[in-house]
Amino acid sequence: MSLIEITEVRKSFGDNEVLKGINLDVEPGEVIAIIGKSGSGKSTLLRCINGLETISSGSIQVAGAQLLDDELHLKALRLKVGMIFQQFNLFPHLTAGGNVMLSQMVVKKTPKPEAEAMARRMLERVGLAHKFDAFPDELSGGQQQRVAIARALAMQPIALLCDEITSALDPELVSEVLAVVRELAKEGMTLLMVTHEMKFARDVCSRVVFMHQGRVHEIGPPEEVFANPQTPELRQFLGLQAAA
Amino acid sequence: MTEFTTWDILRNLLLATRWTLLLSLVSFIGGSVVGLCLLWLRISPRAALRRLAKGYIELFQGTPLLMQLFIAFFGLGLFGIDVPAWLAAGVALVLWSAAFLAEIWRGCVEAIAKGQWEASASLGMGRLQQMRYVILPQALKIAIPPTVGFSVQVIKGTALTSIIGFVELSKAGTIVTNATFQPFTVYGLVALIYFALCWPLSKSSQILERKLNVAHRNH
Ligand SMILES: Nc1ncnc2c1ncn2[C@@H]1O[C@H](COP(=O)(O)OP(=O)(O)O)[C@@H](O)[C@H]1O
Ligand SMILES: [Mg+2]
Repeated sequence: MSLIEITEVRKSFGDNEVLKGINLDVEPGEVIAIIGKSGSGKSTLLRCINGLETISSGSIQVAGAQLLDDELHLKALRLKVGMIFQQFNLFPHLTAGGNVMLSQMVVKKTPKPEAEAMARRMLERVGLAHKFDAFPDELSGGQQQRVAIARALAMQPIALLCDEITSALDPELVSEVLAVVRELAKEGMTLLMVTHEMKFARDVCSRVVFMHQGRVHEIGPPEEVFANPQTPELRQFLGLQAAA
Repeated sequence: MTEFTTWDILRNLLLATRWTLLLSLVSFIGGSVVGLCLLWLRISPRAALRRLAKGYIELFQGTPLLMQLFIAFFGLGLFGIDVPAWLAAGVALVLWSAAFLAEIWRGCVEAIAKGQWEASASLGMGRLQQMRYVILPQALKIAIPPTVGFSVQVIKGTALTSIIGFVELSKAGTIVTNATFQPFTVYGLVALIYFALCWPLSKSSQILERKLNVAHRNH
């Protein structure tokens, strides 16, 4: 059984159909890169998997549990699947440590000392143990994003969804975040990431999904997808990426 | 005929000021509690609840406070319920304050970036938890200046309750005037007392707002 099973998922905003029947099965430990033009529905797909958007039809299962649109099911799902955002979305009124502790204490009812120990371990893991008491606005973008990763990891998810997590960063800060993701991949974390980092996708991912106009247009291991694109749309997209 | 000294007048007015203060306090605190509930409905994911709260707010913002007082005082009387002036004044002002506070706070909650809701949701928090631990701590900070500012409106609003016979500062002014025939002195003093209550509040609201604008840090 796959870890994440996406079956015939459709999503419309009003009469604008953004996802037009997505099928995708993700095995445990897989690292999947989702690429595609802006507006092709990549973010919407990730947001549907995390229940931030409700799907119009089809089904999504995570570790055998159906994604249903009520608070109890949503919470259960979100404990299994963490999400990292382009804009970091750290809580500005809490320190880095506080950010990582909050949901453990509030959602999992973890006692404070344990939540703090876990927060220190997770910040250590992303190389920011020394920033435990720093507020988000005292951190660089790259550091903020690493705190966001630590915050998601502290909930011990079985998969992470990453939506263009390096796109808001200055170029020199991209690599420190990718290094953390690379490490997670090596440790066997299941990752679904929307990314423009083609080199990273090539090096780290087990499969690449090319989305075009709300459909999975091409899918395959990175060697094939990048070296031997089957459709003119993917060829054109890769050409644009290479030129950029 | 007895002579009234200015001190006599002032003393009587100050005694009545206690009632103005008490009514303001009750209205503000009660209004905050009801307002918080209204806010919760106003930003609910359920459209029916949102509409209900919106209707309430528009009703109370769209009619004069004086009419609300009349309805609370005379309206209930029509049903044979004898409402004392203090109760009608208290209830009307609480409900009125709640409408305005809910609307002020809604603006503050909506000023918080959508990403804060999404990040906290993705961590598994329920709506109440998101509100309690993520949104309100941030929204409260920006809500303080307009909320303090609104407390001035509440104090001035209590003056209207004199019309239904609640003896607070304004009503005391009328009573004292009738006894002393010195309207200018009396109402002058009344105005001074209101000013002494309101000015520090509106000033501190301004200072808080300026401080908040200068503070670029979010904590
Ligand atoms: N909340 C929303 N309301 C209406 N339309 C939306 C919303 N979110 C996304 N869309 C539309 O869905 C389409 C796909 O968006 P998105 O999934 O963000 O694409 P991508 O991440 O691939 O750039 C776009 O046309 C966008 O305008
Ligand atoms: Mg996107």
